[in-house]
Amino acid sequence: MQLTEKHKEYWQINLRMTSILLAIWFVATFVMGWFARELNEIVIIGPLGFYMSAQGSLIIYVLIIWFYQRYMNNLDKQYGVDEGEDD
Amino acid sequence: MATQTQSQFAANLKRYYTFYTGGFVAFVVFVGILEMLGVPVKILGYIFLFATILLYAGIGFMSKTADVGEYYVAGRRVPALFNGMATGADWMSAASFIGMAGTLFLAGFDGLAFVLGWTGGYCLVALLLAPYLRKFGQFTIPDFLGARFGGHLPRLIGVIAAIVCSFTYVIAQIYGVGLITSRFTGLEFQVGVFVGLAGILVCSFLGGMKAVTWTQVAQYIILIVAYMIPVVWLSAKHTGVPIPQIAAYTSALPAVTALEKEFNDKATPKGAKEESVRAIFRERSAAATAKLAGLEKDGPAFLAAEKQKLTDKLAALKAEAAPDAKAIEATEKAIKDFPADPGAAKKAWEAEKRIGARAAPVKPHAEAFAAKDEAERAKKKKNFLALIACLMIGTAALPHILMRYYTTPSVQEARVSVFWSLFFIFLLYFTAPALAILAKFEVYSQLVGSSFSALPAWVSNWSAVDKTLMNIADINKDGIVQLAEVVIGGDLIVLATPEIAGLPYVISGLVAAGGLAAALSTADGLLLTIANAMSHDLYYKMIDPNASTVRRLAVSKGLLLVVALCAAWVTSLKPGDILFLVGAAFSLAASGFFPALVCGVFWKRANYLGAVIGMLAGLGTCMFYMYHTYPFFGCGANCVANQWWDIAPISAGTFGVPMGFLGVIIGSLISPAPSKEIQELVDHVRYPSLEGDIDTRGA
Repeated sequence: MQLTEKHKEYWQINLRMTSILLAIWFVATFVMGWFARELNEIVIIGPLGFYMSAQGSLIIYVLIIWFYQRYMNNLDKQYGVDEGEDD
Repeated sequence: MATQTQSQFAANLKRYYTFYTGGFVAFVVFVGILEMLGVPVKILGYIFLFATILLYAGIGFMSKTADVGEYYVAGRRVPALFNGMATGADWMSAASFIGMAGTLFLAGFDGLAFVLGWTGGYCLVALLLAPYLRKFGQFTIPDFLGARFGGHLPRLIGVIAAIVCSFTYVIAQIYGVGLITSRFTGLEFQVGVFVGLAGILVCSFLGGMKAVTWTQVAQYIILIVAYMIPVVWLSAKHTGVPIPQIAAYTSALPAVTALEKEFNDKATPKGAKEESVRAIFRERSAAATAKLAGLEKDGPAFLAAEKQKLTDKLAALKAEAAPDAKAIEATEKAIKDFPADPGAAKKAWEAEKRIGARAAPVKPHAEAFAAKDEAERAKKKKNFLALIACLMIGTAALPHILMRYYTTPSVQEARVSVFWSLFFIFLLYFTAPALAILAKFEVYSQLVGSSFSALPAWVSNWSAVDKTLMNIADINKDGIVQLAEVVIGGDLIVLATPEIAGLPYVISGLVAAGGLAAALSTADGLLLTIANAMSHDLYYKMIDPNASTVRRLAVSKGLLLVVALCAAWVTSLKPGDILFLVGAAFSLAASGFFPALVCGVFWKRANYLGAVIGMLAGLGTCMFYMYHTYPFFGCGANCVANQWWDIAPISAGTFGVPMGFLGVIIGSLISPAPSKEIQELVDHVRYPSLEGDIDTRGA
């Protein structure tokens, strides 16, 4: 089993996308949490800090995973490492 | 079924579960009609309880199997959508279903750590683990550790870690099962535990993962319907908007915030009434403090003198020209209840002293890290973030969840399946904060200010059932309810929502069935994980690799029975704090598994020694910290002093996880790189499909 350049590129792209999405996850969780008191000063749909932790960040999580599965399943096909249709 | 293609199979499943959902709705309507015909509610409770347990047992029976692949990983043909529902049910326990909204009701913003931690963790599952574990494709998490790092030791540590955290967690679940069965049928708690256990066992015993999966899908449908109906109804009733997730923030929260300000402002009429109640609590607390000081100084002599005072008072009251019957009765009662010895007196007065806490002002619901000064706030913020981190990483390391991604047909489906998992979990978790706000709005605007002679029905009902859930008394004797006169137990919120919303009893029964489904489904998944770790990893892989299929399944089922009985026995002893048990399970899983699993996929250089040191260092640090900071282990007065950076014991993973990573890195770098075969295994899990690929699938 020899990995080609194309395979290595696939893995690099995957790592890059994973890092970007983890960065978004980190901001949505810990940065928002850290500044919750400050964000609460801003009132959009309720105090923003509270709203983000109760609902906003959760929506971001769902979107992160939705985007990742779509992106990766396309990338698999592009780089010919997809499993094809089962059975 | 062998002749069906995967897409036909999925289409059939959709049809079955649509029929099932329709049937369930018809069943609820049928019970509703029985209620209208005047069947007593106790009977309705029994019908709900036994009909649902029978249903789960039926699915378990239909899914019975003697095939190893079906028993351990449901034949690896569970479509993404259904695996998502099963994971949702597996994930959401009695604590999420019944406890979550209540915790948010009581703690406000600070309780959101649980909401964030228990959803955000799925980002880590999706990005770092699920697709890779699926490609590896064996049966258990210790399987991966064993193959990736070689040798028996990593597998063995994995087995021990899996058993420790799953067992801690399963006790909390069985406790929930016992609580719900006993509350809704009037059975003893211990009996309730074993009745519930029977339901769990029929299912997993006959069909292993296959039966558990299809039961969990059924349980998810029940639990989400049961959670949503009352909340939507409540929202529509109060705000006219049937979408609680919008109504709570746009109309209920501003009203709650305004009322909080009023309650805390002595210049307003409501604030003045609250203050009169708080003053009474402060006085009682001060009196108790004085008595405790006297007891400390004079011992039994002080106690006798206090009793004498009461006796004199009674005599004086009786001697009056126009005796006050009420005052005499109260004093007689005080004499009757007077503590018999200094020990009892100390206990009673210390409890009375703590009542001073009820004199505190109302905590604003939306305020983050509310505390008296900046230092306390910083401490709260730190613990909030640390708890989120532990819960998230723990989510991505609990074996009973990761195992679920072995059951999808492909890597692609595994990725989609994590999305569906979080989506189905999200439905409940983003409703809970809204429910907490709506319930608070009801209490602040309807209950407070109402008259004690005409309390809302749900208040008088629940305070008659259980004082720990609803405790209400007219402290300042003005005949009107003040907020400070009400003490609400967290679990009440979900249990009482149907009544608050004015729905018939049948919906309360439905909520109980939903709570039971949540507890049973999680317990199912956990028990199976423990039994599999012992039968597959310990027995088959390490003790007798030549064991026949029949023997492997027999061992697994036998162990399942033993573990279940052990867990039920431990639960019936009612061990300590459920929330701590759950938190401990997450911290332990995070510290033990996460570093080794993630490095196993993303760092080729990680090897045997690294994994062993990393897992031991993570688990060791975590256990050490809990042992030295959690009062249960007898650290007494030193518990708080022992803390590092003021981090609470529930977040012990804050230290365990970095130590685990450090251990993996150091251990790997001081020993030779892994063999070529293992490096190829890493490439194998990284690509969904490779030409000339090796095959690691288990058989």
